[in-house]
Amino acid sequence: MSVSPSPKKELATIAIFTVAVLAMPIWLAPIGAAYPDLLQKFAIFGIFAIGFNILFGLTGYLSFGHAAFLGVGSYTAVWSFKLLTMNVLPAVIFGTVLAGLFAVLIGYVSLRRSGIYFSILTLAFAQMSYNLAYSVLTPITNGETGLQLTQQDPRIIDSMFVEAGAGLPSTTLFGLKMSGYPGFYFCAVVLIIGFWISLKIFNSPFGMKLKAIKSNQTRMGYTGFNTRPYLLVAFVISGMYAGLAGSLMAATDPLAGAERMQWTASGEVVLMTILGGVGTLIGPLLGAGVIKYFENIFSSYNENVLHQIFAALPDPLEDAVVAVTSLFVGEGWHLTLGTLFMVIVIFLPGGIVEGARRLKSLVLRPTVRKYGFKTDQPTTRS
Amino acid sequence: MTKRIIPVTRRGVLKGGSALAGAAALAPTIFVRGAWAEDFRNNPGSAGSVKLGFNVPQTGPYADEGADELRAYLLAVKHLNGEGDGGMLNTMTPKSLKGNGILGKKVEYVTGDTQTKSDAARASAKRMIEKDGVLMVTGGSSSGVAIAVQGLCQEMGIIFMAGLTHSNDTTGKDKRRYGFRHFFNAYMSGAALGPVLEKEYGKERRAYHLTADYTWGWTQEESMRKFTEGFGWETVAAVKTPVGAGDFSQYITPVLNSGADVLVLNHYGKDMINSLTQAVQFGLRDKQVNGKQFEIVVPLFSRLMAQGAGDAIKGILGSTNWNWSLQDEGSKAFVKSFGQEYGAPPSMAAHTCYVQTLLYANACEMAGTFYPPEVIKALEGFKFDGMGNGPTEYRAADHQCFKDVLVVRGNENPSSQFDLLKVVQQTPRSQVEYDPAIFGGELGPYKV
Amino acid sequence: MDAIFLQILNGLDKGGAYALIALGLTLVFGTLGVVNFAHGALFMMGAFCVVTLQKVLTIAKRVKDPSVTFFDAYKEQPYLEIWFGDTGRAIIDYVVPISILLAIPIMLIVGVAMERGLIRYFYKRAHADQILVTFGLAIVLQEIIKSFFGANPIPVSAPHVVAGSAAIGSLVGLGDAVVYPWWRLIYLLFSGVVIFGVFAFLQYTTYGMVVRAGMADRETVGLLGINIQRRFTIVFGLATVVAGLAGVMYTPVLPPDYHMGMEFLVLSFVVVVVGGMGSLGGAVTAGFLLGVLQSFSSMTEVKAIIPGIDQIIIYLVAVVILLVRPRGLMGRKGVMES
Repeated sequence: MSVSPSPKKELATIAIFTVAVLAMPIWLAPIGAAYPDLLQKFAIFGIFAIGFNILFGLTGYLSFGHAAFLGVGSYTAVWSFKLLTMNVLPAVIFGTVLAGLFAVLIGYVSLRRSGIYFSILTLAFAQMSYNLAYSVLTPITNGETGLQLTQQDPRIIDSMFVEAGAGLPSTTLFGLKMSGYPGFYFCAVVLIIGFWISLKIFNSPFGMKLKAIKSNQTRMGYTGFNTRPYLLVAFVISGMYAGLAGSLMAATDPLAGAERMQWTASGEVVLMTILGGVGTLIGPLLGAGVIKYFENIFSSYNENVLHQIFAALPDPLEDAVVAVTSLFVGEGWHLTLGTLFMVIVIFLPGGIVEGARRLKSLVLRPTVRKYGFKTDQPTTRS
Repeated sequence: MTKRIIPVTRRGVLKGGSALAGAAALAPTIFVRGAWAEDFRNNPGSAGSVKLGFNVPQTGPYADEGADELRAYLLAVKHLNGEGDGGMLNTMTPKSLKGNGILGKKVEYVTGDTQTKSDAARASAKRMIEKDGVLMVTGGSSSGVAIAVQGLCQEMGIIFMAGLTHSNDTTGKDKRRYGFRHFFNAYMSGAALGPVLEKEYGKERRAYHLTADYTWGWTQEESMRKFTEGFGWETVAAVKTPVGAGDFSQYITPVLNSGADVLVLNHYGKDMINSLTQAVQFGLRDKQVNGKQFEIVVPLFSRLMAQGAGDAIKGILGSTNWNWSLQDEGSKAFVKSFGQEYGAPPSMAAHTCYVQTLLYANACEMAGTFYPPEVIKALEGFKFDGMGNGPTEYRAADHQCFKDVLVVRGNENPSSQFDLLKVVQQTPRSQVEYDPAIFGGELGPYKV
Repeated sequence: MDAIFLQILNGLDKGGAYALIALGLTLVFGTLGVVNFAHGALFMMGAFCVVTLQKVLTIAKRVKDPSVTFFDAYKEQPYLEIWFGDTGRAIIDYVVPISILLAIPIMLIVGVAMERGLIRYFYKRAHADQILVTFGLAIVLQEIIKSFFGANPIPVSAPHVVAGSAAIGSLVGLGDAVVYPWWRLIYLLFSGVVIFGVFAFLQYTTYGMVVRAGMADRETVGLLGINIQRRFTIVFGLATVVAGLAGVMYTPVLPPDYHMGMEFLVLSFVVVVVGGMGSLGGAVTAGFLLGVLQSFSSMTEVKAIIPGIDQIIIYLVAVVILLVRPRGLMGRKGVMES
């Protein structure tokens, strides 16, 4: 990672990535994840995690309040559907821009501190947003129920062109409905663009400077280099990714709830990034995929389903296997997730990607380790 | 992996125009009993079974309530398929169900975790609809979730039978054509509780409200104030408390010297357990104010919550949708089969979920099809009896069930570990009815 | 005047709870450099020591309710009551104080096992890894508790003699109307004693001196030939016990459930950071400060001026303090900053 790859290599990365993402409905089918909603979630949380990684992975600044930007993106997008048009483009643009502005404000204040003080500042801002959105700001956010479309919404632009139908309108991209598979492909294209931008940032001089800040901010300061503007730019970019993800959530499913801003949601993206591998390009995406897969698929297994899965086993054995596995699925899916976090971080330091790389180097190049050659470690440490 | 029936996804796939569209277009167009040429999402066609989606909280604070709901659903599936003792199938009138599944198709089910979060609940419901091909989604343990999933089901053209949701909004300003609620609501709680409070505590009382600061809490406070102020109570103060505050001491101490002699706790779940426990610790129930005994009122009660609050609940008045000690034939039949199956009586959440499943199945039989607009029409205005709470009607105008409401009191001297609530009065349906226009909202179209 | 006096008490009481939880967290932060996201779960486990003991003490003879035929409805009479009469009843009544004796060894074992078995391998690892592993551990601990005790809160009573309210009004000259629950007064006293105990331990024992030296400069202490490892184990155990005791004593106020730790987790981090990283005094001060401010912001008079202030006060104060004082109230330079 320390040497900028050639443009050719970059292009190959993007090409492979594009094919892999667009073919998700095919290669995810065997594990039961190939249905529109989960595919959309993979793409959307992938964007969220990639953006988060631009801040955390490159600069080492751990924000515990990124869910606030996700929420702002969602609320803005739904308001755009309510007031202007059901077309998703303006919604996504407004959502991203407003989240960016919000990030400028919060980032400007929070970046005055570093380390854990920075984390707590971002957490505090996000929690204030969440608590207010849940209660006092109900006229804007519709509180606990969440902001939804209604029949009475003005939709100024739409109403100029078409008569309102009997039911609630759907979100569209110039007439193409954004639910189901078209919604996924829309998110997938945005994800690919987002990934490409992230790749560019990682390999740019700007990205290098951010990494330099991470490795030693004080020294950067001594050389007369003002780090704060760079940090702020990174913070705002990652906030905009979060806003983009939030507005895509609203675009594929026009609802925005306050709990999207809660600290657990901020914590989730932190976990996704660490699980996949902080500072690696593809890691956060993998982490997002794993967590969302567990949340949606493992939670849906009940004893009935388990009996079907293990039907091939002899009956007494089947019952025993079902009894044991049922502890880890259905209402026990949290247990599996917690165990997974521990196992991965214990056995694969630095997350899935970094762990895989270490395994690879262990198998392929044992001599390199013997000579004490240290590979670039994209992890943080105070 | 669950088995998947390919024709099920036909419409969704066509709409999507995905890579699979070519293959799916080969799927036969299916006519339901030849009567309706219209196709609809997740049409079971000639398949031998239908799937229902049970979406309940399996993690988070309401996990126990969710587990009980799930037990009720599994029991309902059993009874619909003609297994077990039949439960309320024996008492329900009028009944079109035959105990051979729904319209001759075996009932299967999928489950999911709402986490009591709107986003997770919608994701789970979408999985059921898009991947598992369910015909109906049901469940939930909070109004936020119910309203979110109900909105989704309207968009997707899938019927939603709400579980436990008590906010006026579910069948008020956020009502939907595809959403149905059997559970009662905050307005009905106030209407039922009001006269009992008047009788027990008199006309001259000064009430202090502590209200959970979100939509359900507000509607609950509003209806309690409307009815208590209606017969002369004065509201001293109404204070909003953050959800999940944990320690409520800073809200309770001002009650001590406010001159109020009744405390109304518009809280539910853990908030209610904590605020009630702490209010009792502050000695509120031992106080004499204005020459009267100080009283605490909890508008919405459930047995599971009563368990959590322990002794604090004793003697406290509140309302509930249903209680297992009811002696009508329907309740007795349900409690019997539930108790024999699981070794414990059902909670009110379990009751409403069980009844909802039967009502949906029955409506399909009445309509003679699974085609949602026809099923909805069969449910709208449906009058039935024998399912607890006496004669009940699914009002067509807002999809709210109207039935008797129970006013209960925390049992001072329980005869068993389940005997926590004592029914004080079964408030007749006529007393809790209201004009659907007062909450506004629109149901929306039959066809989506 | 009454109202303000009571709100100060509420605030101190809350502050005592916050300070107790934050104390253990900041000890682990300061000495071991570990971000422990499982700290809330330890608090929860302390509370479940009480629940477990209560379950054991109230193992009961079950008399079936004959009116119910479809399931086993029964009235319970604990064997302790049957065998020992009033003495047995008194033992059950004092379940919370007795649990303290039980919780100290149990939590110590849990803490030492956790440090030896898991945490010590993470001293040299990135904070990110520490967060992931401790968060994973917290979830696992929670789920284990949930599978035994369910998700519903479980009521626990304070001993009967202190279950009611004390007429403290007459004590301070405010009249009989001012009352406050005995148990909360005891909690306040208890948190004071524990905090004082921990400080005394660190201040006046050689053991504590080494730990403090380790907090200031771990490497040098290690170079002096002192076995810093073993002391770290003890510190982690101590932090676990303090968190557990906070949980034990809180059960009569907040009926425990498996999720309660997560609800305190964020708050305890805020308290620690506002107090300043690596400062025990800071954590305690911040705990009491935030508790009192939270109480006052909940008053109707205050909420009338700034609606919703009680929802955000803790975070608002955190932001203000961190902007005015870069390292919190009493933080030292260089701890957990880069």
